[in-house]
This record gives sequence, structure tokens and C-alpha cells, in this order.
Amino acid sequence: MSASSSLDAGDRVAAGRGPSIPAFRVARSKRMHLYVLIVCVIIVAVLASVPLWSQVGTSRTLVTLFGLVALAQMWNLLGGFAGLISVGQQAYIGIGAYGLWLLADEFHLHPFVAVIGAAALAALVALPIAPLLFRLRGGYFAIGTWVFAEITRIVVSNIQATGGGSGITIISAARIPFETRIPGTYWVGLTVAVGSVLIVYFLLRSKIGLGLTAIRDNDLAAQSSGVNVFRSKLIVYVIAAFGCGAMGAVVALNLLFIQPSASFDITWTAFAIFIVVIGGFGSIEGPLIGAVIFFALQQTLSQHGQTYMLLLGAIAVVMATVAPRGIWGLVVARWDLHLFPVRRGLVMQSPPERAEPASAGEADAAADAS
Amino acid sequence: MNWVNITLQGILLGGLYALFAVGLALVFGVMRMVNLAHGDLGILAAFIALALVQSAHFGLLWASLLTIALMFGIGYVLQRGLLNFTLGTDDTRPIVVTFGLSIIIQNGLLLGFTADSRGLDAGAVETASIHISNQLAIGWYPLLVFIAAVAIITAVQLFLNRTKLGRAFRATSDDREAAELMGIDNRHIYALAMAVALVTVAIGGIALAIRTTFDPTTGPFNLLFAFEAVIMGGMGSIWGTLMGGIVLGVAQVLGAQVFGAGWGILCGHAVFLLVLALRPSGFFARTVTT
Repeated sequence: MSASSSLDAGDRVAAGRGPSIPAFRVARSKRMHLYVLIVCVIIVAVLASVPLWSQVGTSRTLVTLFGLVALAQMWNLLGGFAGLISVGQQAYIGIGAYGLWLLADEFHLHPFVAVIGAAALAALVALPIAPLLFRLRGGYFAIGTWVFAEITRIVVSNIQATGGGSGITIISAARIPFETRIPGTYWVGLTVAVGSVLIVYFLLRSKIGLGLTAIRDNDLAAQSSGVNVFRSKLIVYVIAAFGCGAMGAVVALNLLFIQPSASFDITWTAFAIFIVVIGGFGSIEGPLIGAVIFFALQQTLSQHGQTYMLLLGAIAVVMATVAPRGIWGLVVARWDLHLFPVRRGLVMQSPPERAEPASAGEADAAADAS
Repeated sequence: MNWVNITLQGILLGGLYALFAVGLALVFGVMRMVNLAHGDLGILAAFIALALVQSAHFGLLWASLLTIALMFGIGYVLQRGLLNFTLGTDDTRPIVVTFGLSIIIQNGLLLGFTADSRGLDAGAVETASIHISNQLAIGWYPLLVFIAAVAIITAVQLFLNRTKLGRAFRATSDDREAAELMGIDNRHIYALAMAVALVTVAIGGIALAIRTTFDPTTGPFNLLFAFEAVIMGGMGSIWGTLMGGIVLGVAQVLGAQVFGAGWGILCGHAVFLLVLALRPSGFFARTVTT
């Protein structure tokens, strides 16, 4: 996360300015983002050290949080950035989980390595399915993804080798010694969570990211402006499948047992939607905040089962109606704060007729005086 | 002939799917909204009818009529009081809100009625059949459901084509703003469209509840079947939903016969994907959606 990538270019614009034109530059990064980067690194470092000093239960619980972060980032990448609302990401979660079993137990890959292979398998399945689903739009695309998820669930439930509907234990992972397995799973989970944030971050900073924003707002206009809509959507859909596949494999690694009704469960998507709607649609910060809030709710309320789900549904409905940009959207509206430098903005080098930038307080005082 | 018999069953099953599909298509046609809670609302109607029969000791017919009237009201209030506010610039909000509704309805029903499988008892008509030859027999009940589906689709189509209100529906569908300028209150039209859609899905839900067992999580399956019928039939075509439903029903019943009971539904999905790949606009596409 380079905090100063565009400073040089900005300085050049500033140097060539005329006497009466206020100097500005187009920049994504501000000084603040350097501090954000430092804080992020510290948080990740602290999280990485958890298995070294905490209890096993803490590690395993936190892996759940990492899974939620990855799931929410991927769902938001689809829905918040590309306008592809999916209610079928559980297809790729399930493929990731069963892919882990296939690669680790049948092809004897090390389970930690097999996570990547399982994710790649999910991406590989997504590739031919995406063009078919893209024939549907909006809400019908959403149900289309659901149909595909149902297909994957029914197929896997009918495969005898994986124990059909009653599920199977991932033996190769269960055989890894306890003292290696718990921290190993934890670090794989942390990598997937951090990786999901980084993928979204770098994708948004790329040319594709700019096109995605245009597609979300109006894909016809984006197309006529030269954005390759199909290719951009395809890339996003396949990346989201990869991320959800990795997430599914991590969850499987954490539980050591997989079952079609749990791995291919629509509830995963319900969680993802809840997290993103609460935290904030179309931002990187939103799903992170939402995941932490959801995780806290889950830890305290999930034993209430149906009442808990009822509450989640009600909160999602109210939030989507009243504050469709979520908590982070409210923060942005109030303070215009962006922790991740993915947006281009004008940065004034100095206010007109003033040589040196003044602090906000001074500027206000000057405005009052004049 | 066994195969004729099975195909006939599939066609009649298609009538049931069309009952679920027609409301989905109507709502999409009028307000470009896809209601992800559509299937759950059908199951909600089935549970309301069940409660009226079991607790209030209504006869099935009166319970059904009362449920249908109630669903009309629920549809109007739901659209006017909630869903209208999600329509507009952003495509994503109605999807998220109706998905949230789906979760609320399912879990609400689980709390109220537990996860047990239920059924509505319609008496002798459920098992009676018309004997045509030694191998060929048509069940009275599936035939009645199919006739009901044809009648309802005809009614909806006549309503859209022949009545003043139906013209307002079509006008709003064609151009929301122009319709508003002509003095049509879109909020009211949308609410009426949802009310009519929930009447059709209530009939579907009750028909399903008599035909087979149901539980609070049955809704989404029916949403998927309805959706497949709508897409295969061709978006914007009310009669297309019947055709799509029939194709789906035949695919499921034949698939179950050929590959075994567990694969029937998968065959339905496969045929849907095939149609999506080869003829994405469906059999009777009427409107182009943007």
C-alpha cells in the first residue's frame, strides 16, 4: 500500500502552475494513508502472533472471523463494486471445501497447500459458468447464481465417494499433529483474509477498478465509454469464486469435517449480505467493520438460532432501506474519510491567493474576517 | 403407455410451477423488481391456511379464500410500506431487502410452526383419478391445479389487456415517468401489482400444500422453479410462464424416472441451463429488459 505513489506527479503539476490558477493535483494517496498502512501492518502483525500466546479456542474462533472477512470482501467485490448481486457464493465455498478434501485426501497434497488448489478449482468452475449467468441481469442474475449453487449441492450430495449427504472427515488434515495444525490453519486463514483485502485493493487501483465503478453506476454507459464490461465482470466473478473457494477450504480445515448441507448453505450468503449491508456497500472498510460487528453478534447471540436469524434479516432490511451505504457510508458522508487510497481526488496544493496551506482553523478565521 | 403417463404428470406439475411463476413475472414486468421472497410468501400463505384450518376450524375452501384475501392485503402493505422505498436508482437494494424478507419469513415460520413437515388435507379429490386406459390415468387434483393455473393466467392476461387498471399497469411498465405525468400514481400501481402477485402465489402455495408436504424452508425451492419457468418462458410473457413451467415439470418428472428420484430436480436445472445457453430470451420473449 504505497502511500506516496502519486506525490511526484503532483509536485510537477504544482511547479508548472500559473500565477492565478490554484494549484492542484490528482492523487489517491494522502499523508494519512501512510499512517493507515502502519496501523494495518501492526494489526496484522499482532493477529499473526496470536497462536504463539493464546489458547487453542481463540485461534479457532478467530479463523471463523477471517473466513467472514474474506467472504464479505468477495461478496462486496461482486455486489458493491461490479453490481453483480450473488446469492450463490455458497457454491464456491462448497467447492473449496470439497476441493480441499479431493486434493488433500485423494491427491495427497499437503492440506495447507491444497487450500490454494481448492480455490483454483472454484475459479476454474466459475469460468465457464459466468458467461451463462451474465445473460441474466439484476435480481434474475441473483436467482441464477442460486440455481447454480443448488446444482452444485445436489451433485455433491449424490456423490458416494464423499459420503453423499452425510459428509466426510478430511483425514489428511486431521492427521497433522495438533501443535502444527492449529497455528497452521490460523495462519492460512489470516493469509486468506488479508489476501482478500489486498486483492480487492489492488484490483480497485488498477484500470479494471476504474471500469468497475463505471459498470456499477451504468453498464451501458460504461460499455460505450470503452470499458470491456464482459471481461471486467468475468475477472471479478472468477476472483470472487477463488476467494470464496479459499474461504471454504479454510473453514473445512478448521472444522475437519464437511457436509453438503453445511458447505453449500445459503446461510453463508445471508451472512455475507448482512455483513456488507451493515458495514457498508462498495468500500473496503465497510465489510471489515461489518465482519467484526457480525462476529461479535454471532459469538453472543447465535445460540438463539431462529430469533438470531430473524434479527439479522430485520437489521439487513432496515439498513438497506434507511442507510443503504451502511455504517461506513455514514462515516464517509460525515467526514469524507477513506482509509484505503483507491479513489482519485483533487488535492489543493494551496488555497487561491495564499502561498502556504493554512490549517482549517486559520482558513475559517480568514473567511470570517473578509 | 407408461411414458405418456409420466409426461402428462410433468405437464400437470408445470401448472403448479406456473402458479408460482406468474406473480414473479408480473412484479418484474410492472416494476422491474425481482422478489426473492416470492417463494417464501407462497409458503407463508400455506401456513396461514393451515393455521386457519387447524386452529380456527375453518373448512379448507373458506380458509383458502380468507388466506388469499389476506395475502392481497399483505402484498399491498408490503409494497407500499416497504418495497416502494427501495425502488429507484439502485438495483441492489430491492434484492437485498427481499432476500432479508425471505430470511425473516423462513425463520418466523420456523419459530411459529417448527421445522416439521405439514400438509393440507383436501379429502378424496387428492387421490381420485380419471381412468383412461389400463396404463393411462389422470389424477383429478393435478388436473384441477393445471386448470386453475390456466384460468389465473388467462385472468391476469385479460386484466392487463382489457381493463383500465391493466392499461395503467402496462403504462407504468413501459415508462414509469411518462405514466406518472399522465396522472397514474405509481406507488399505488406497484402496490396493487404486488397484491395481485401475492394472490397468485397464495393460490400456488395452497395448491402445493395440498399436493405435497411443506415446511418453512420449502419457499426458496419454489422461487427457483418459478424463476426457471419465467426465464424459459421468456421474460415479460405471462403465457410463457405456463410453457416454462411445463418444460420444467416434464424435465423433472422424466429425469426422476430415467436417472432415479434424487436426480429429477437436477434434470430440471440442467434443462434450464441448456435453454439459457441456447435460447437466453426464452420461448416467448416479449420485452427487452435493460
